[in-house]
Amino acid sequence: MTRRTLTLKSKRFREERQEVWKEMEAMLKRIESSSSRGLTDEEIIKLPRLYRSTLSSLSVARATSLDQSVVSYLESLSTRAYYIIYGNQDRLRDRIYNFFARDWPLAVQGAWKDVAASSFIFALGMLIGFVLVSNNPDWFYSFMNEDMADGRTPAASETYLRSTIYGYDKDDGGLGAFTAFLFSNNSGVSILAFALGFAFALPTVALLLYNGLSIGAFIAVFTGKDLGFEIGGWLSIHGTTELFAIALAGAGGILIGRAVAFPGEMTRIESMRSKAEQAAIILGGVVVMMFAAGLLEGFGRQLINNDWLRYGIGGSMLTFWLLYFFLPRKGLGKGLGKGLDT
Amino acid sequence: MSAVGQLSPEQIKMGRRHLVTPEGIDLQIELADVGARIGAFAIDLLIIILVITVAIFALSSMSLYNPELADTIFYLLFFLLRSFYFTLFEMGRRAATPGKRALKIRVAARGSARLSAPSVFARNALREIGFFLPIGMLSGIGEGGVDGWLYLLASIWAGIFLLFPLFNKDRLRVGDLVAGTWVVRAPRPMLAADLVTTDRPENEAIFAKFTFTPEQIDTYGIKELHVLEDVLRAKDPDVLKDVANRIRTKIGWVWEEGENDASFLRAYYAALRGRLESKMLMGVRRKDKFDTR
Repeated sequence: MTRRTLTLKSKRFREERQEVWKEMEAMLKRIESSSSRGLTDEEIIKLPRLYRSTLSSLSVARATSLDQSVVSYLESLSTRAYYIIYGNQDRLRDRIYNFFARDWPLAVQGAWKDVAASSFIFALGMLIGFVLVSNNPDWFYSFMNEDMADGRTPAASETYLRSTIYGYDKDDGGLGAFTAFLFSNNSGVSILAFALGFAFALPTVALLLYNGLSIGAFIAVFTGKDLGFEIGGWLSIHGTTELFAIALAGAGGILIGRAVAFPGEMTRIESMRSKAEQAAIILGGVVVMMFAAGLLEGFGRQLINNDWLRYGIGGSMLTFWLLYFFLPRKGLGKGLGKGLDT
Repeated sequence: MSAVGQLSPEQIKMGRRHLVTPEGIDLQIELADVGARIGAFAIDLLIIILVITVAIFALSSMSLYNPELADTIFYLLFFLLRSFYFTLFEMGRRAATPGKRALKIRVAARGSARLSAPSVFARNALREIGFFLPIGMLSGIGEGGVDGWLYLLASIWAGIFLLFPLFNKDRLRVGDLVAGTWVVRAPRPMLAADLVTTDRPENEAIFAKFTFTPEQIDTYGIKELHVLEDVLRAKDPDVLKDVANRIRTKIGWVWEEGENDASFLRAYYAALRGRLESKMLMGVRRKDKFDTR
């Protein structure tokens, strides 16, 4: 009787296979410890073999072994390997390259309807804000609070308003700090606009309208004092990038909101999930754009005081973004879905 | 662990889920429980607060001679931590922040899809309304007056998102729901020594002393075997003694002078496992002691 128990089949099985398991475990540990590098050639060849052999060990162990520790060990090992084999194996720099060369512009291109809708809503907000404040300056105080306006209200004098357009204020804490503040603040608002999208995009639309209203109101204050051309330059140098980025963030929110509101054949959750990646890619790009806008606003606008130069920079940035996003691209032929997930 | 096959409703309720690989093996993952997720989040939040505190001290000394650079670094650091701490860690191969690693959980795509960087970004972008917004609202209540009441209403609304994981069977946050992810347990058990191995010759001799009759072995099933395994691995002398005595009574084993509880249990474990495993080879899984196959 004793002899039989000491030569359990499950024990022999374990003794014969455990070297492979240990090897798998060591390799997983190496791969998991660094996320930025890709897999080495050796790992690419060995990993699938070890994975399959661990999986088959798991099947055998489940069928023949009652040693809990072996089965749970193999389950965890197989699951870890599964996530790596069927996860993203690219190197970090390839992933970054793919993002800029393919994923981001394609995501924006694929969502052109949402980009158009979002830009339209945003522009509508600006127009309403502008018209309302131009006709009755009192409206200004409904859209902007006094702190944010920093004295640039309809009651301000032309000289004061002019002074805010050119040069810069030392009190802002210096150019770099101002830039960093603008960047983090604007990116935060963009992320919020996106995050609110899943509620049928309604909060996103409201946020876009509200932001548009305050910008329109703000412009109206300056045009009221015949500073329309000057404020245009002041806004456009960074605004073409920043406002475009806000419109894109809104587009991401609308994309998701639309997927929830009109799921078609899918369930609402599936539909939302199917658009989430695309929207997230757009939003990731928005953060990059906000960084560029922050630099333009923090440094460019404060240091460049020539209106034409300001318009020139703003215009070329806008041209650049439009070409970058909407120029036909090779990847598009394969279909957006392929470009995004494979 | 459990037998392979369809999960029972209780197992699903406990958070066990199928994960069938393309090779056709069901790995059966387990969802992280809400407690572990709160714990992981608390650790991460603590790390963020700690980094910010240290940064404030370091930068305040720096701001004496270069206030602008200090401010710049602070703004960027704060933004990066708030918006990208979770995203960057979860984009890594272990798909877990330090807090999640500590509590042995990770993010995974629901179903058999792969976890992509954009979905990690999306799930964490929704942290803004799932956590930061409700917290921001709460701090506004202190303002009192009409604004205070408005903030209270808003925090109740926002609180729905905060407590979202408690009210759905997959324990999804709003971010998980949108991004198609969930959080699963990622235990990393060591391969413990096999309890039936006898690495030393003297153990062989000790084991040889115990001979059980087939009736004595057939007393128990798989469930009891697993409990016995846990007991043997935990090595608590009191528990060992108690269990050994109970088994002796049950199977009618007569205690002899000098018989060690642990050796008795290990020998019985080996005998029971051998018996149950050979039954399994014949296609019979004897579930527990009430199962009379």
